[in-house]
Amino acid sequence: MEKRWIALYVENEVGVLAKIAGLFSGKSYNLESLTVGTTEDKTISRMTIGVKSDDITFEQIKKQLNRFVEVIKVIDLTDVPMHRKEILFVKVKNCTTHDKTELFQIANVFNVHVSDYGKDSVLLECMLPDRRNDELIQLLNLHFKTIEVVRGGSVAIESISTSCI
Amino acid sequence: MKGSGAKLFVKALMEEGVETVFGYPGGYAVDLFDELYRQDSIQIVLPRHEQGLIHAADGYARSTGKVGVCLVTSGPGATNLVTGIATANYDSVPLVCFTGQVPLGLIGNDAFQEVDIIGITRNICKYGITVRDRNDLGRIIKEAFYIAKSGKPGPVIIDLPKNIQTELGFLDYPDEVNIRGYKPNINVHIGQLKKAWKTLKNAKRPLILAGGGITRGKAYDSLQKLIDKSNIPVVTTIMGRGAIPTDHPLYIGNTGMHGTYASNKAVSECDVLFSIGTRFNDRITGDLNEFAPKAAIIHIDIDTASISRNVKVDIPIVADANIAIEKLLDWVEPFETQKWLEKIKAWDEENPLGMKKGKGMNPEIIINKINEIFEHYTVVSDVGQNQMWTSQFLKMNKERKFLMSGGLGTMGFGFPAALGVQIAHPEEYVISISGDGGIQMNIQELATAVVEELPVIICVFNNNYLGMVRQMQYYFYGKRYAATCLRRRSSCPSNCKGPNSACPPYTPDFIKLAESYEVLGIRVTSEEEIEPAFRRALMNRKKPTLIEFMIDNEELVLPMVKGGNPMSEMILPTGKR
Repeated sequence: MEKRWIALYVENEVGVLAKIAGLFSGKSYNLESLTVGTTEDKTISRMTIGVKSDDITFEQIKKQLNRFVEVIKVIDLTDVPMHRKEILFVKVKNCTTHDKTELFQIANVFNVHVSDYGKDSVLLECMLPDRRNDELIQLLNLHFKTIEVVRGGSVAIESISTSCI
Repeated sequence: MKGSGAKLFVKALMEEGVETVFGYPGGYAVDLFDELYRQDSIQIVLPRHEQGLIHAADGYARSTGKVGVCLVTSGPGATNLVTGIATANYDSVPLVCFTGQVPLGLIGNDAFQEVDIIGITRNICKYGITVRDRNDLGRIIKEAFYIAKSGKPGPVIIDLPKNIQTELGFLDYPDEVNIRGYKPNINVHIGQLKKAWKTLKNAKRPLILAGGGITRGKAYDSLQKLIDKSNIPVVTTIMGRGAIPTDHPLYIGNTGMHGTYASNKAVSECDVLFSIGTRFNDRITGDLNEFAPKAAIIHIDIDTASISRNVKVDIPIVADANIAIEKLLDWVEPFETQKWLEKIKAWDEENPLGMKKGKGMNPEIIINKINEIFEHYTVVSDVGQNQMWTSQFLKMNKERKFLMSGGLGTMGFGFPAALGVQIAHPEEYVISISGDGGIQMNIQELATAVVEELPVIICVFNNNYLGMVRQMQYYFYGKRYAATCLRRRSSCPSNCKGPNSACPPYTPDFIKLAESYEVLGIRVTSEEEIEPAFRRALMNRKKPTLIEFMIDNEELVLPMVKGGNPMSEMILPTGKR
């Protein structure tokens, strides 16, 4: 079982998202992340889909997606150099002054932005690869009593200069 | 020129060459029916239930290759189609189903007879769409017919809100279709086909496995050429049964759960399995680890997603069956299969197909009579033992055709589907074969058969049981016949282990039931009565005939492989395994 990524161009129509999501539930595929938004052409949406599967199932997922009339193109991003980011908000509550200082240091190291601030709370706004977000959440969970997490799911685009991931 | 959506709807049907609409009206479809009333070229058939309706459209489509058209109202009208949509989807039958819908402005209000049919059927149809703009109506209908019949055919649902039906707009119907996400490929990749031929030509024990794709792809003639030219023996799935004449010397039989001993042996022993148009359903493969263990598998299918899904295939070929076989014919040479054929023949002689004799009339004898009396026919079976017996014993070729619900296994399919076949082919001998369970699932269509003056010959194999499940209970559940006896009443003992003289009478009395519909009803209790019954049915060409065959309660479909077991572990008629 490996984590894999698919980019999917679909018709920007009512019910298409439900259809794609329904494929994953109906056929028991492991959907880990799904994001969708319109593209430069407003009649077309692009989805970024993260799945956990073995090779055979992954092949089957791509084929099943391709069968849909509303699916314009399926792109397997598994071995494609790409830029992939996930937006993450973390609100850390019940902070002492010391906690707040530490949070600024963490933000600095993780290269995330402190986007809001109160007497005993700090809001971190992160734009990192999903795995890095996992690590940040793990760290904050370890050191702070009350955190609130909102994640947006990953979006990905193929790289221009082939090397970066 | 402008006109209502309903007007464009009828115009579209005409341009698509639709002659018959299977329709059941209702509050949100009445505008469409009104428009159909104003013309003469399209006939409306009114079945008595929407499920019967869609199965009839399905039978019509299967027997003609044309798109079957259903027209029903919103809410329950639409939901009653669901089983039929799934049935057609599984067996790749082209249908276009129009469902009425509440006006766009009411959608989401839980309005009277509102249901999200597109949402409900999302996973069981090829495509479904609600028309939200009157300007899109023509394009959507055009696309629906194209999607339904192209590539791997399937059912398409068009949900038509009431206000779209009445709204005035242009009446133009497009000539062409261009869907950017849907470009079905039918052509064969020559490189892959060459690879397949390279593997096949070195085979010592080659075997062709033909599925329903032969019928859908109209590859009957090319397959026959391939077989005659190559001398390769053939087994079929039950959807593929009839892909070559059943009396062809190279035809072995059905393979799978109720396949013949020789067929299942051949699959286990072959060294190249050349499969065409089959999904390798679990009923065909049994235990996947032991399926065709010695064979390199070549697989031709029009659906990419059917390849290497269940069975790991060595050479996949995505193509229309007919196109692929035609191309292959250029290279094929005769194989030295004599020894291999002798081996298969020996297996067949060791355990031939056939039911136990001596109990009087059995399904094999009845079906053999059909083979004898009729020179051409379309037989439509229901699902269960009746289906397997028909599949085992019915003679099939180009003039002797067989239809049934293979993938979904829908009880209640057979009889209404037979009506659809008869509507499309008024001169054909259409014979419906059902069990006493399945016939009751759409028995109300007797009325449709009478009013449409359809001389369908309805055979009911009455063994008082839901026999296929009873058979499982017999073999694997200690004869605990839970909920399979159709004579059972609440006063019966709870631990009943089979029929005895104290059993209550069967209900309904099918003959009286038939007569109440003005259908000719004949009860057959012995072998001698079979032929006269069919002869009477043959004289009765303005109305249906129902023949009830009283068969033994305990008849079994054999051979049988328990679900999930390897195909080599067959329960055989002789009792040995």
